[in-house]
Amino acid sequence: MVSKTYITTFLLLTAIFMAACSGQPTGGGNSSSGGGGGTITLQGSGASFPKPIYEKWASEYGKATPNVRVDYQSTGSGAGQNAIISRTADFGASDDPMKDEDLKKADSELMHIPTVLGAVVLTYNLPEVKAPLKLSSETISGIYLGTIKKWNDAALKKDNPELNLPDADILPVYRNDSSGTTAVFTDFLSKTNADWKAKVGANKQPSWITGVGTGAPRNDGVMGQVKQTPNSIGYVELTFAKANNLPTALIKNKSGAFVEASLESVSAAAAGSVAATPEDLRVQITDADGATAYPIASYTYILVYKDQRDAAKGKALADFLWWAIHDGEKFNKDLHYAPLPAEIVKKVEAKINSMTSGGKPLRATN
Amino acid sequence: MANTGTLGDKVFRTFLIITAAIIPIVVVGMILMMILNSLPTLNGFGFGFLTGSEWKPAERIFGALPFIYGTVVSSLIGLVIAVPISLGIAIFLVEQASKKVATPIAFMVELLAAIPSVVYGLWGIFVLAPFVRDYLGAFLAEYLGFLPFFQGRLTGIGMLTGGLILALMITPIVTAVVRDVLEAVPDTQREAALALGATKWETTRIVLGNAASGIVGAIVLGLGRALGETMAVTMVIGNSPQISASFFEPAYTIASVLAANFAEATDKLYLSALIEMGLVLFLVTFVVNAIAKLLVMRVGRTNSK
Repeated sequence: MVSKTYITTFLLLTAIFMAACSGQPTGGGNSSSGGGGGTITLQGSGASFPKPIYEKWASEYGKATPNVRVDYQSTGSGAGQNAIISRTADFGASDDPMKDEDLKKADSELMHIPTVLGAVVLTYNLPEVKAPLKLSSETISGIYLGTIKKWNDAALKKDNPELNLPDADILPVYRNDSSGTTAVFTDFLSKTNADWKAKVGANKQPSWITGVGTGAPRNDGVMGQVKQTPNSIGYVELTFAKANNLPTALIKNKSGAFVEASLESVSAAAAGSVAATPEDLRVQITDADGATAYPIASYTYILVYKDQRDAAKGKALADFLWWAIHDGEKFNKDLHYAPLPAEIVKKVEAKINSMTSGGKPLRATN
Repeated sequence: MANTGTLGDKVFRTFLIITAAIIPIVVVGMILMMILNSLPTLNGFGFGFLTGSEWKPAERIFGALPFIYGTVVSSLIGLVIAVPISLGIAIFLVEQASKKVATPIAFMVELLAAIPSVVYGLWGIFVLAPFVRDYLGAFLAEYLGFLPFFQGRLTGIGMLTGGLILALMITPIVTAVVRDVLEAVPDTQREAALALGATKWETTRIVLGNAASGIVGAIVLGLGRALGETMAVTMVIGNSPQISASFFEPAYTIASVLAANFAEATDKLYLSALIEMGLVLFLVTFVVNAIAKLLVMRVGRTNSK
């Protein structure tokens, strides 16, 4: 009797587990709510990094424009790209710009709309060290490649002469899930360190060196391990570090200065890379020019079709994006997101104004 | 009672058949879907998928061995710790404790089963991992350090902590089932044994012998949970796809890699590899299940002799 009950329970549990695992990530997009006088729902899906600000925008925009509802699900950057390609969401969101080959999968032209700026910071657990640690591309690479094993390594001591670094093994912690945070972090290291580029490279989920460090899921997993393990180091998003008051390292930038991650230094990185920003706005702004620029920064994007199938919905989407990069930016500071530089706002305005439905511009009419 | 006639019987029977049919349909459907969706890696890697020890999605190299190893070993560690404890609790509750003591303890054991696994995971990071690092691991390294299992760097995050958290999570289930099994053994057997002059210990042995098949079932149920457990393990096991003899080193489980990567897997081959991992997990649980069935059958036979 017991074994029968067990088998049934077991099969059921397995079934539930498998079903939960094998379902395609859905954007939850139902595009039934079209035009007419009713409420228009804009379904968005993608990166988890901008979730707090997008949710804030959604609620504030909902107050200002009661007939438009914005729903945002954080499913991850990859899922966001998939959702917009397969049109299961009205807009996608991604931390890293889409690759050319992925853009080709879409049946119509996709546009990248940068919304806010973020940064990746290195947080560490060194109980005796009070002043902020200073790190450079070389030392970070060394730690994660396993060539710098101890905190009192000569390279670390050289950058931190005033600190009393312990004679202890370094435990690096990385994200084991595929993430935009990792993409930005590894992009910075690949750009600035040939050894890193050859051995690990830039990727949302690179092949970490076996035997070096441990993996942890999401920002909170990395934070948990770093907080609980003396002599460990890990990387998390700036917004997350600020919200949790984590110690963060100063990072050496292109001009040789050690810079603290802050809204100002992240904006400076964006300003420093304006000249190098291409027309489609797909750009990595790590290792940017400028004496005050923080080197591990990035844009986060909303992905939309240039030509919208549903005119009413398309108009609502264009208006929402316009509102977001103007009125929406005032909510950024509290949530620790850096606003876009003025030059980029100008370019984004042009992008939004170029949105059409059936060939007719969506925003020029008002 | 009113006569419902043959129609009532027919409706009842049809309803029962439909409910019973759901399970085979779901299981077969799921296996088929998983096989279909993992065709790219099934064809591309073949058997090498199971024996490959490199997992590098960025370079499109997929080998499942470190994950199979991590899943099986962490579950076994959990089982080795949890089974004696669960048996002890269950025997105490049924054979020794008075009702006044047994009821609250049984209630607490069931309460333990209701804690969500992510809570176990957080507790694992903040309490268990430091405990393993500072006390348990240090102790093991000092006294059993000659074994390859307890060598190397001790960070508190790794296979040992993963196994411990699994032990804690499966203890309530194994305990509850074993308790039910022991309670099902007729009291006449205990009375007969005692009447023949058997001690409490000897009586318990006879009861355990008669309940053996049920106990094996309980253990396998616990193992099933351990194999599929995701959130709690992923928080403390270190998530590094490597095969290391040391229990202090980080490892990775199938369920963890699925949970961490499914949403972000954009690449077709990667998605296929993950789905095939699900299939592997299915296979592992199936094999475990089959072994358990054989065990139950053998135990049953030796008992009836």
